[in-house]
Amino acid sequence: MSTVILLLVTGLGLGALYFLVASGLSLIYGLMGVLNFAHGSFLTLAAFLGWETARALGADSWGSLAAALAVGALTGAIFAAGTEFLLIRRLYNRHIEQVLVTVGLALATVALFDGIWGTDPQFIRGPQWLAETTLLLDARIPNNRFLLIAVAALVLVAIVLFLRFTRYGLIIRAGVENRSMVTALGIDVRRAFTVVFAIGGAAAGIGGVLASHYFGYVSPQLGGSLLIFAFIVTVIGGLGSLPGAALASVLVAVLQQFANFYLGGTGDLMVVLLLAVVLLVRPSGLFGRKS
Amino acid sequence: MTAPVLRVVGLAASIGSQPVIERIDLEVPAGQVTAILGRNGAGKTSTIKAILGLIARTGTVELAGERIDGLPTHRIVQRGVGYVPEDREVFGSLTVSENLRLAERDTTPRRELVAELFPDIVSRGSQRAGTLSGGQQQMVSLARALLNDNRILLVDEPTKGLAPKLVTEVASALERAAAVVPILLVEQNLHVARRLAAHVVVIESGRTVHSGPAAEFFDDEDRVARLLGVHGEAAR
Repeated sequence: MSTVILLLVTGLGLGALYFLVASGLSLIYGLMGVLNFAHGSFLTLAAFLGWETARALGADSWGSLAAALAVGALTGAIFAAGTEFLLIRRLYNRHIEQVLVTVGLALATVALFDGIWGTDPQFIRGPQWLAETTLLLDARIPNNRFLLIAVAALVLVAIVLFLRFTRYGLIIRAGVENRSMVTALGIDVRRAFTVVFAIGGAAAGIGGVLASHYFGYVSPQLGGSLLIFAFIVTVIGGLGSLPGAALASVLVAVLQQFANFYLGGTGDLMVVLLLAVVLLVRPSGLFGRKS
Repeated sequence: MTAPVLRVVGLAASIGSQPVIERIDLEVPAGQVTAILGRNGAGKTSTIKAILGLIARTGTVELAGERIDGLPTHRIVQRGVGYVPEDREVFGSLTVSENLRLAERDTTPRRELVAELFPDIVSRGSQRAGTLSGGQQQMVSLARALLNDNRILLVDEPTKGLAPKLVTEVASALERAAAVVPILLVEQNLHVARRLAAHVVVIESGRTVHSGPAAEFFDDEDRVARLLGVHGEAAR
């Protein structure tokens, strides 16, 4: 029983990470049709700058962790908005070029991070509580899982409130459904594109800082390793659907944990099989709109 | 004679490499409904989309004497061009209120006019637009365009697929709307076109082949039959 609880909570923690990356991917694709392969780079840069911030302030305090999260969110937002403004904006409706540019940016930034921080993982520290465990139904749960779940839930609520109660949220929801009609109402939808990139980048940035605490290190490959699962989550949840991304993140991560433990380390294989089944049975994803 | 609100000269457009209109010339006088007529596939909807810049086009489009053909769609709309698309294109996942709020550009949107013309729609503010009937969705689409103080409305097939009773309601709403803003109307229903339009433009194979007063056009049954492929009585 304690193993099941441990796997479940660990899966939820990993799912929280997937959601923080996938939420931005899903909104960006839903509104703009852009498959953003550079999204992992937003996460990685945010993780490095978050760690540098925490280290400068004294990595063991909660204040430095909060500062690292703020710097991570800001880094992700600025990097993402800059990418949209400087590179993607010229390439809307040119999907091949978008893929080439974002893949190129991802490769170039990993090389850049290698050059700045080196290729070896940098092991990080945080508040002592995060390194400890809490007894939950006979299972010893690493505390950082609780932090991941709480922050991801907060981010989900914040994005939902933003989408529901702000003018830009309204434009984004309408744009996901019918972008050209939004334009035909006299709305410059490109501004909404930048906002969505910034939101997605901020979520990925927060995810980057938290991922470094989940894995215990930060490395230039951190974003890329999470990005592949975030894409799978985005497709399973339904491109453009935030609730879909949230549900699929939990499903994928929990399946991965259980399969790794009970089925001889086949977690990644099971996730790919789940993706195949969803694509066969429901190609638009769990919450996606049929095209 | 006053200058036209909208003037289109030599408008051509294509979707991909396929030309959809070749040479459209038309004028929309102030204070009137101008109907674009033509057989299926003649290029009526493409003309509206080309004026708005929703498809790639060449030629001259002037709004109140100013060229707008170099502007992106949202800027054209911001200059005062309201658009009611074919098939309504309401945002089905948004509520009726959200659909209307999204369309509000002016600081003082004409909510009273919309409430007066479409009381049923306003009373369904919290309902998702995707769950409305076709006629109700058409009312939402019209209401979105009427909320702002536009110089012209481009209305594309507003009665398409509607039951006869709803056709009459939509026509009445358009009649009321025409009292406050000129309309360029694409309409297959010749009864409606005859009721509303003061001026007609006929398009054939992507080209303007006739332009003139509506009454004169509809009275010439031979011409109606030749250009539209229907008997003149269809417009009675």
